[in-house]
Amino acid sequence: MKIIVLVKQVPDTETNIKVGDKSINEAGIKWIISPYDEFAIEEGLRLREKNGGEVIAVSLGPDRVQESLRQAYAMGADRAVQIKVDNYVPFDTVLTAELIANFAKAENADIIIGGRQSIDSDSSQVVIQVAEGLGIAHISFAVSLEISGTSVKATKEVEGGTQVVETSLPVAITAQKGLNEPRYPNLKGLMAAKKKPIETKTPADLGNPASKIEVVGLEPPPPRIPGRKLEAADAKGFAEQLVKALREEAKVI
Amino acid sequence: MSNVLIVGELKNGELKKISKEITSAGRKIADALGGKVTALLIGSGVEKFAGDLGAVGADSIVTVNAGDFNAETWANLVAGVIKEKNPSVVLVPHTSQGKDYSPRVAVKVGAGIVADAVGLSVDGGKVVAKKPIYSGKAYGNFKITSPIAIFTVRPNSQEVVQKAGAGAAEAASPSAGDAKVKIVSSDLSGGNKVQLAEASIIVSGGRGIKGPENWPVLQGLADVLGAALGASRAAVDAGWISHSHQVGQTGKTVSPNCYIACGISGAIQHLAGMGSSKYIVAINKDGDAPIFKVATYGVVGDLFEVVPALTDEFKKVLG
Ligand SMILES: Cc1cc2nc3c(=O)[nH]c(=O)nc-3n(C[C@H](O)[C@H](O)[C@H](O)COP(=O)(O)OP(=O)(O)OC[C@H]3O[C@@H](n4cnc5c(N)ncnc54)[C@H](O)[C@@H]3O)c2cc1C
Repeated sequence: MKIIVLVKQVPDTETNIKVGDKSINEAGIKWIISPYDEFAIEEGLRLREKNGGEVIAVSLGPDRVQESLRQAYAMGADRAVQIKVDNYVPFDTVLTAELIANFAKAENADIIIGGRQSIDSDSSQVVIQVAEGLGIAHISFAVSLEISGTSVKATKEVEGGTQVVETSLPVAITAQKGLNEPRYPNLKGLMAAKKKPIETKTPADLGNPASKIEVVGLEPPPPRIPGRKLEAADAKGFAEQLVKALREEAKVI
Repeated sequence: MSNVLIVGELKNGELKKISKEITSAGRKIADALGGKVTALLIGSGVEKFAGDLGAVGADSIVTVNAGDFNAETWANLVAGVIKEKNPSVVLVPHTSQGKDYSPRVAVKVGAGIVADAVGLSVDGGKVVAKKPIYSGKAYGNFKITSPIAIFTVRPNSQEVVQKAGAGAAEAASPSAGDAKVKIVSSDLSGGNKVQLAEASIIVSGGRGIKGPENWPVLQGLADVLGAALGASRAAVDAGWISHSHQVGQTGKTVSPNCYIACGISGAIQHLAGMGSSKYIVAINKDGDAPIFKVATYGVVGDLFEVVPALTDEFKKVLG
């Protein structure tokens, strides 16, 4: 079973973001694997442990993404591939998906797993676009997954609850929280990961797809409506003031 | 000519508010580009909503008769209508359904897509979409360079504006194709009465609610306001409520008009999910809690006293 796991490198949530003209200022940023992709890596490893085969971790971006790939190695990935895009635009989902789909096609992958969204762009697009590019099934927001032989059974989160769905390989999956608890790489794994090879592919190797997005510009978030703490003698006083503020000032209720 | 297609969404046979929001947004874009707005509705008996969408700016309504939602067949139906109508701009709800089929549509019709847009404007004959990025710590503006541009639009981000379009309905029957994924069963019992990601008011509880037996305190307020019930990760991880209620980086992103945070400290991962709420009310015992940095109205007090008082007060004024 050939399993591709998608590993997107994103700024750590706690990192201070400084906005540049068309991208963020990368100085001082701490990079992490997007949290949902950790569920994807874990699921890939579990599937391999149960069914055999290999787990290929794939990350798109400049050379800094190799650090995330080493982490995937340390968790237990068998191969790591960097799709080397130096001026990578994290919001260009169609381009990203086309590169990954072309890679997956060449590898003849059975399963592609990524996070339900990346925490820098929140687009929820890439994995399903890969599925469409390959003409295969997809299951989004998976909270449980069982694969035996070529049959696939999963529970997915839908509006208001969950659904049980079935399909057969090949399939693309997006991982939702609840699918598993990602393992921590151990020290031995981290040391070994340092020496493992990272394969690189260029866009030219993968069909050189065109971007369909133009970044007009980035800006800081809009200022919030200035806030204030209410003053009152008791709960009833707070309640009266809040109701008044929300109805007469904010006019939201 | 730059025509706009919006893809509406239904829930339990009713038109969702997001459908009207994106129809109004589509109207604005079409007026700026000199085009027409077509609204697409998929489902059974959907013709009856033609008037509703006409009243908020749709020039025509295309209806497609179909059974239950399935991402693959929906993608085929939407792509089929796009190929027939050839719009230059397509607006789709950024809802769990929208996120499930829109990626396939983009690839099928060779379109660029910007997901989770909260602002749509027109510049030089092209739509510029604004979206929060990096957990709301920055905003990005994007244009799409392909002939068809698809945007998924965050619920509650667009105003519904009454503006009469012709609203003429026509039926279409594009091919739904076969789905590779079969739906075996659905369990829709664990969710909110009001859908969290699309709610215009959310009452949310954190570790400060002390235990699962206290949700009725918040649900009482939510019921009076017609609000959805949200939760912090601490409350979810403690097993007090299901993950489908979680707001934040590893939960849902919400943008309600009003977010009432009760006993929630305001950790950065929580703010990542609710920081773009228009008005934020914080009720917290600790006057130094970080939530007060983003709160429009802060109440330093015990939620077990303040929330019931607030419920009573709203009951009085809302009757
Ligand atoms: C990778 C990662 C992802 C995460 N994703 C999320 C996410 O999606 N969503 C999320 O919410 N968190 C997330 N977190 C967790 C986050 O960091 C915080 O731990 C969490 O938000 C804290 O929840 P809380 O505010 O309910 O609890 P606490 O931080 O414990 O705060 C409880 C608050 O309740 C107040 N309080 C107590 N009693 C009362 C009372 N009687 N009346 C009024 N106030 C009272 C206290 O003063 C305190 O401020 C994530 C963390 C990580 C590392």
